[in-house]
Amino acid sequence: MTEKIGKKSKGPLGGFKAPVIPRPVVVGLSAVILGLIAGAILMGLTGNNPFEGYQYLFKGGLMSVERIGDTLATATPLILTGLSVAFAFRTGLFNIGASGQMLFGGFLATAVALSWTALPRPVLLLCILLAGIFGGALWGLVPGLLKALFNVHEVVCTIMMNWIAYWTIYYQIPKYFKGAFLETESAKIADAASLKAPWLTNLFDGSYVNYGLFLGIFAMIIVSIILNKTVLGFELKSAGFNRHASEYAGMKVNRNIVLSMCIAGGLAGLGGVTLYTGYAGNIQIGVLPSQGFDGIAVALLAANSPIGVFASALFFGMLHSGKGFMNAMTNVPPEIGDTIIATIIYFAATSVLIERVLDKIKSKRRGDK
Amino acid sequence: MQMEKIVEMSHIRKEFPGIVANDNISLYLKQGEVLALLGENGAGKSTLMSVLFGLYQPEQGTIRVKGKDVQINNPLQANDLGIGMVHQHFKLVHNFTIAENIVLGMEPTKGLSINIKYAADKISELSKHYGLNVDPWAKIEYVSVGMQQRVEILKMRYRDAEVVIFDEPTAVLTPQEIVDLGQIMKNLIKEGKSIILITHKLNEIKAMADRCTVIRRGRVIGTVNVQDTTLAEMAEMMVGREVNFSVDKEDHAAGDIVLKIRNLYVKDNRDSLSVKDFSLDVKAGEILGLAGVDGNGQTELVEAVTGLRKPESGKIFIHEEDLTESSIFHRIRSGIGHIPEDRQVRGLVLDYPLEYNLVLERYCDPPYAKNGFLQKEPIRKHAEKIIDIFDVRSGMGPTGAARSLSGGNQQKAIVGREIDLDPEILIAVQPTRGLDVGSIEYIHKRLVDHRNNGKAVLLVSLELDEIMDLSDRIAVISHGELVDIIPADQADENQIGLMMAGVKND
Repeated sequence: MTEKIGKKSKGPLGGFKAPVIPRPVVVGLSAVILGLIAGAILMGLTGNNPFEGYQYLFKGGLMSVERIGDTLATATPLILTGLSVAFAFRTGLFNIGASGQMLFGGFLATAVALSWTALPRPVLLLCILLAGIFGGALWGLVPGLLKALFNVHEVVCTIMMNWIAYWTIYYQIPKYFKGAFLETESAKIADAASLKAPWLTNLFDGSYVNYGLFLGIFAMIIVSIILNKTVLGFELKSAGFNRHASEYAGMKVNRNIVLSMCIAGGLAGLGGVTLYTGYAGNIQIGVLPSQGFDGIAVALLAANSPIGVFASALFFGMLHSGKGFMNAMTNVPPEIGDTIIATIIYFAATSVLIERVLDKIKSKRRGDK
Repeated sequence: MQMEKIVEMSHIRKEFPGIVANDNISLYLKQGEVLALLGENGAGKSTLMSVLFGLYQPEQGTIRVKGKDVQINNPLQANDLGIGMVHQHFKLVHNFTIAENIVLGMEPTKGLSINIKYAADKISELSKHYGLNVDPWAKIEYVSVGMQQRVEILKMRYRDAEVVIFDEPTAVLTPQEIVDLGQIMKNLIKEGKSIILITHKLNEIKAMADRCTVIRRGRVIGTVNVQDTTLAEMAEMMVGREVNFSVDKEDHAAGDIVLKIRNLYVKDNRDSLSVKDFSLDVKAGEILGLAGVDGNGQTELVEAVTGLRKPESGKIFIHEEDLTESSIFHRIRSGIGHIPEDRQVRGLVLDYPLEYNLVLERYCDPPYAKNGFLQKEPIRKHAEKIIDIFDVRSGMGPTGAARSLSGGNQQKAIVGREIDLDPEILIAVQPTRGLDVGSIEYIHKRLVDHRNNGKAVLLVSLELDEIMDLSDRIAVISHGELVDIIPADQADENQIGLMMAGVKND
């Protein structure tokens, strides 16, 4: 410590006034930057020019209106699964089952979209949404009930539910909704029964972007309000932080656990709707959607804040849609894109370390003054 | 006699966001003495010792150990300098044996494996030497809290600490264990060790310490020789005003029965009956004290009444309304207030801001909620009111996390919240645990006020003095059974002590 007597300025930071950026944002951005640096080193090690690589990676995601649209479309399911995982986290639950919830919600939504084609479009779309939410919520309900009643850990349970969804779809799609040409996917969903919006597609020069994006934004707002403003959010978070104190205060903790899992499942189910009836247009069998697991990463990077989820989902969406272009234009393997994502997750997960470094910088700055 | 200053801290300043915890504090410890560090909850005692132990870095000030300027960056360096600390909440690995815990971090090895036998022998020897009666092969999770503390002390000895810091060592001990601890400390001093004792219990300072440095709101008020100073003087230095030790309490006629417990049987976590055939009435306008040795069924009884635990059989009534099957939500609204035994487990959601904790039971009632939305303004106002009335000191005010408050201020927040509910019956379990005399005085006064307002109070406490001072009637529980109920003015300590051991007087 430097010797310094006399002149003590007002605040703990002295006279220096930095623009106030919330801590999680600084930590998240640091994780992203560190991840990108690590990715650059990897590109260098594989004999490529990292600047070129990143140039094409970002170009691939953002170069044209169409590509921006595709980035948004890729990000849409991630927003919803990210919200699902973040919501569960905030209420003390670890939802690893977003994949299964997506899959089952998407399955019910696809079934509705393929069966009730006679309905007018608004009614049909509403039914599709509700079916998706219901399917996801059902897949969250089971682990929630098992946790509340028998204290079965939700991690184990949601992983099992993933596989139940996987095999259910594996047999039911070929049986009832077989596609015209391929055994491995369902029939094509008619445009009128999907979330596709011609005006949006035109606006973005023919990209995949669809109504799902609005669902994502809408869900983000709703989740944010529930968590921060409502009595329900107060109870759910309280149960997550301290179950014993919540019981003491007269809250119905077990009911809240079930409800949290249902809401988280419903959000993931909605993600399934946007993936299968918006982005893809049909459902494939034998695939657990990776967006469910990526949602964990999205939530982690976002420090479980709904707005953060939105931002980090867009970022991951950009990496996903840009990595193909990078691969086409350079010799950088597309796996580098995944590696960068993984590295960012590592840095986000070890945010404690980043915070410690930030604290050091802060106290040093104070010492120097 | 001239003794060496073994530790000297000069002009220490430590800030936290919104609060100066230590402001220009200087003190010294002489070789072979017990220095008490006295101060109210949140006065900055623990912070100061954490600075000495290397857990915090001070903004200003110097530390000298054995005459040399030192910089202590972490507890390992503190250990190397011969400074050891027995924390208020012990730092032990519960599924390890005592021997394993003691050698943790400096395990004696034989080839590639740990020579635990050697360690255990050495520990047995040390234990015998100090009369500690420690079994090195016992697992921490199966030994009493007092024994765990001895393990922490042995850990210091095993590491050859010259200076031992005790942070509120008696808060968790039974009266007998406190006497034993005093003896252990004397033995340490006899061997030339030096001790810093953090406490706010004046009697212990009188019994154990040589000198006493008093801290108030982060500043040193003074250092006194314990022998030449009375309890009242020390209390006044600590609190900053005269303290009234006895509780002012005029007679008050008891009214109707508020809480009625009939033939209650409750099982504990190990599935054995810990409350048996228990019946009790608590009347409006009285404080009924429930005395008993820790672990004689008080916890289970209170949990059954407040709804946290399902009784096997029996009935619970409030104002003749049968609440035996009611939810906790309903019980709170029927007039049960509860100051829980463990403030951090039951009493508070530590990660919530203080203002949320102060509406923990009422967040869904108007004016705190409207149409399912939390109402910021009324919640904030309510928090400010309780913070003000109950002198809850929070660096960040209502929005600071409950975790950031000192233990005593957390307790004051809970007491404030429960009294503010204005319950028909207030069940206060160890309401002043870990508090300083100033806060104790205030909380006792509020409990008496509650009774004077014609409400009932069931006071469950392990401190016999507290029970004797406050109660109108005293019920004694032993092995889960009600031994007897006697009017407080006819009770004497010996008689109650016997009853706590299960001896009924006829």
